[in-house]
Amino acid sequence: MKNWGFTISTSRTIDMDKADLKTYNKITEKVPSAKRCLMCGACSATCAAHNHTSFNFRKCHLSFRRGQFENLAEELDKCMLCGKCKLVCPRGVNTRAIIFNMRIFLNDLNYKKISL
Amino acid sequence: MENRKVIIIGGGPAGIEAAYNLALNNCSVTVLEKEAHIGGNINNIVKLFPSFVSADEIHENFSQKSQHENIKLYTNTDITQLFFENDLWHAKDASGETYTADALLLSTGFKTFDARFKEELGYGIYSGVITSVELEAMFKEGKITTPEGKIPQRIAFLNCVGSRDEKVGNHYCSRVCCINAVKQSISIKELLPDTEVFCFYMDIRMAGQFYEELYRKSQEKHNVNYIRGRISEAAATIDNRVQIKCEDTLNQLPMKMTVDLLVLMVGTEASDGTTNLGEQVGVKGEYGFAKSLNLHGADNLTIKKGLFLAGSCKRPLTLPETMADSRAAAFEILNYLNQN
Amino acid sequence: MKFNLFVIPFILGALILFAIIIYKYIRWIKSVDRKQEYFIRKNIFTFKTIRAIGEIIREALIHNKIYKKNPLLGYMHMSLAFGWFLLIVVGMIESSLSSGTLFKEPWLGIFFNYFITTPHGFHMADTLSFIMDLLLLIILSGVMLALIKRMRARFMGMKKTTKHHLYDRLALTSLWFIFPLRLLAESTTSAIHDNGSFLTGSIGNLISGLPVQAMELPLWWAYSMALFFFFVSLPFSRYMHIPTEVVHIFLKNWGVTVGEQYSGYSDIQINSCSRCGICIDPCQLNYACDITNVQSVYFIRDTRYNTLKDEVANNCLMCGRCSESCPVGLDLTMLRQQLRNKQEIPGKLYYNFIKKDNAIETTDVIYFAGCMTHLTPKIIISMKKIFKSAGINYWFMDEENGVCCGRPLRQQGFVQQSKDLVSKNLRIITESGAKLLVTSCPICYKSFKDEYTLSIPVMHHSEYIEQLVMQKKLKLNKTTIKTVYHDPCELGRGANIYDQPRNVLNKFTSLIPSESEREDSLCCGGSLSNTLIELSQQIKIRDNALEELTKHNPDVLITACPLCKKSFIHGNKAKVMDLAEIIADNIITDLNNNTTSSKVNKAELVLN
Repeated sequence: MKNWGFTISTSRTIDMDKADLKTYNKITEKVPSAKRCLMCGACSATCAAHNHTSFNFRKCHLSFRRGQFENLAEELDKCMLCGKCKLVCPRGVNTRAIIFNMRIFLNDLNYKKISL
Repeated sequence: MENRKVIIIGGGPAGIEAAYNLALNNCSVTVLEKEAHIGGNINNIVKLFPSFVSADEIHENFSQKSQHENIKLYTNTDITQLFFENDLWHAKDASGETYTADALLLSTGFKTFDARFKEELGYGIYSGVITSVELEAMFKEGKITTPEGKIPQRIAFLNCVGSRDEKVGNHYCSRVCCINAVKQSISIKELLPDTEVFCFYMDIRMAGQFYEELYRKSQEKHNVNYIRGRISEAAATIDNRVQIKCEDTLNQLPMKMTVDLLVLMVGTEASDGTTNLGEQVGVKGEYGFAKSLNLHGADNLTIKKGLFLAGSCKRPLTLPETMADSRAAAFEILNYLNQN
Repeated sequence: MKFNLFVIPFILGALILFAIIIYKYIRWIKSVDRKQEYFIRKNIFTFKTIRAIGEIIREALIHNKIYKKNPLLGYMHMSLAFGWFLLIVVGMIESSLSSGTLFKEPWLGIFFNYFITTPHGFHMADTLSFIMDLLLLIILSGVMLALIKRMRARFMGMKKTTKHHLYDRLALTSLWFIFPLRLLAESTTSAIHDNGSFLTGSIGNLISGLPVQAMELPLWWAYSMALFFFFVSLPFSRYMHIPTEVVHIFLKNWGVTVGEQYSGYSDIQINSCSRCGICIDPCQLNYACDITNVQSVYFIRDTRYNTLKDEVANNCLMCGRCSESCPVGLDLTMLRQQLRNKQEIPGKLYYNFIKKDNAIETTDVIYFAGCMTHLTPKIIISMKKIFKSAGINYWFMDEENGVCCGRPLRQQGFVQQSKDLVSKNLRIITESGAKLLVTSCPICYKSFKDEYTLSIPVMHHSEYIEQLVMQKKLKLNKTTIKTVYHDPCELGRGANIYDQPRNVLNKFTSLIPSESEREDSLCCGGSLSNTLIELSQQIKIRDNALEELTKHNPDVLITACPLCKKSFIHGNKAKVMDLAEIIADNIITDLNNNTTSSKVNKAELVLN
């Protein structure tokens, strides 16, 4: 087989018929203000970790909404929980709670509490 | 002219238009204006959107109208007290002078958001951060300069400052800032064709006739750049320029840029007159705006007999809407006076 | 031998109780962490033990702290605790004087009046009998007050009191029955043998018409059974605090503290909580937001019964107002933090993306603004001005690409992750060779002091400014601006810095006191520790605090924390400035100095 020098990539379309849109509801149950987010990006603009790495909170939130969970838990680990995002959000979204709950629902190992 | 006395508080577009129409219909109108001249917020504007007609024309028009023989105009009169007594409305100013009438029209208009509340944007801290009102004043002078007096090479606009912002308590959209930003971008480009103009937005709301066309023109003809991302903070650079941080949300990457001027599109809020007087007479509504009796059908009436509302003291409105509203108010007042 | 079958429930109950308690205590003390264990061994035979005994008498018996809160409430707790303690002690004295031996029949003191029916039988019998009756009366008055408190807590100065668990209700009921039953039993015996004193004797005379012979034994049985039920339910109810508090006071005086991880000492603290409910009223989530199931008393109770939910553990401002008011002196903030701790994943690194090769400057003084301070840039500008005016050689460590101090992670229990951040910052601080670290954010300040093992001193900028003023490195204009100072939770209750900012403000402005200040100060609502409340609830807390602070109409509200400043500015009630700002505004122009001072015009201030 001739080596063309590139691979034909699989479709990266978001298929809204197949995507898991229900898991996001679990987040909005706990953090109802998440529904108000209009993705303006003020949160990621001010993010302390954004300076150093590709971590983008708005993108993580949007990916979760669309049911795209690959590598999400790893990305969320980069958050320093400093809270600057929550302070600049014009819609009053509780961004830190969204990160918390995303990590729980992704079964983020890091999130397991120590049992007494 | 028995029982046809009307007091109008606020000599802006709404007040003057209503005064004129009432005067044409044999009412004895007293206009009480806080500042030294009429015109309200129009005084700050050079060109009106979307057609770029000069505000001077409108101003001339108002001036003429205010000189109708049935209108008595008092400037430098700040009304601090309003009350209804003996079937008449009374307006009292700070020195104790009282004006009475059968009907009262509140057209106290709006003020702009004080951008100092958004400390992270640097207004009041860095000289390169200005509001849209200050930019318009530069248009009046006919020249735009950086704080050091140089010609700006790059200007950035930030939409929705003080509007749609839960942190400052103003959840609403101020309606006029988006189109105003497009207008001002074009004005800058007409004055300084080589200056780069960037407009940072959460949404571009072009809900008016010919607004969308103006937006297209600004992109195509005037090379205005639109970036979807809310600027979260501004900082000063060593040479007194402004560095802004935002996320290019469509690209999903962090963005920073150094500009000579950052223009904050400040939203509209209820003026102090609207809030204070509105509270006194019981028509103070959400966010301090004055509340009409019924949005669909009685939008110039209030819960108080003989008290009427017109213009942007009720909600953010454009100029044509304000003037139409004030004519409607004049009509309502005439109906009221005719009945009694 | 003085014995009757009815004594058995009492003995059984007491034995079971001691067995359970001793087992638990041994298990808990053993699982205290190594470092703390060393403290115990070192201090057990020192003066600290005597100090502990003093505290036990003052707090566990007399309930001094509760008296300070409300005298009636204090009396109620004291009458039950001290009263019962004395009842037992005097009862033992009575029984040993009567029988001539000390511990031959240990139940004799409890059931004395049944067994010793000859009045005036020994030296001091009458006096002791009188004292016993008096003590019983005092205890009964306490029981009465406790009943009233259940129904109308307001009479004791408490707006809300603890909602009780089933176990607590059972233990409570049996406790309250003990003393009336004792009264009835002793009175009945007195009616038969006339061996009572002023109280039991009078009641005895009153009821002598009833069939007292038949009533006597059943009443003593009932008394013993009440004791049995109480003893047996004690280790599972709030009354576990009675013995555990004593252990807690000893350990505390020997130097044991609540550490990073949950340990035996945490268990001891958890079991020392008496569920008095005094922590509920000061909690702002309670009175400003009507959230009434998350206060310390409830999270401690849930931990004990292993029913702690995240919604309870995470919904806390960690403002410290509850620990301030706790009469037992529990470290409620640290306990709550321990309960949030997450598991460690061995070997995992989180922040490798933070580049090692960011430039580190050598300097004397490091200025660390803190993440939040970047959103209130006026503070940074003011600090720069202050440093320049005082001629300090400093390095602004987190000017670009700053790294969070790590405390927000720590407060949510991500200990391992927090330590990762700490190590990154620590390396930078050490390599810079700085001799002093100054920070503008109280949260960072606490982090540097508690989590970073720094060999250099750390100062909050309020302390630093005070130092500069005292060293005459800063020359300031005196003004007549009326100021009110707000103690940030982390700086005030968290780090005990109350005076330094006030000293500076007193010297250069007209500082007026505010309603709730110092240890009593109210939280601004901007807490990073609470991930659950929505903005609307934070606003309620903030407005509540603002009302108190602006009661006397100050010109400016001064804070020392960027979060507080952001919170209060949005409250739109008064002009808000950080301490650094008002100081920087009033630096005197030096002929050689390029900084300009702005003449403070009072009118300008208000309009601006």
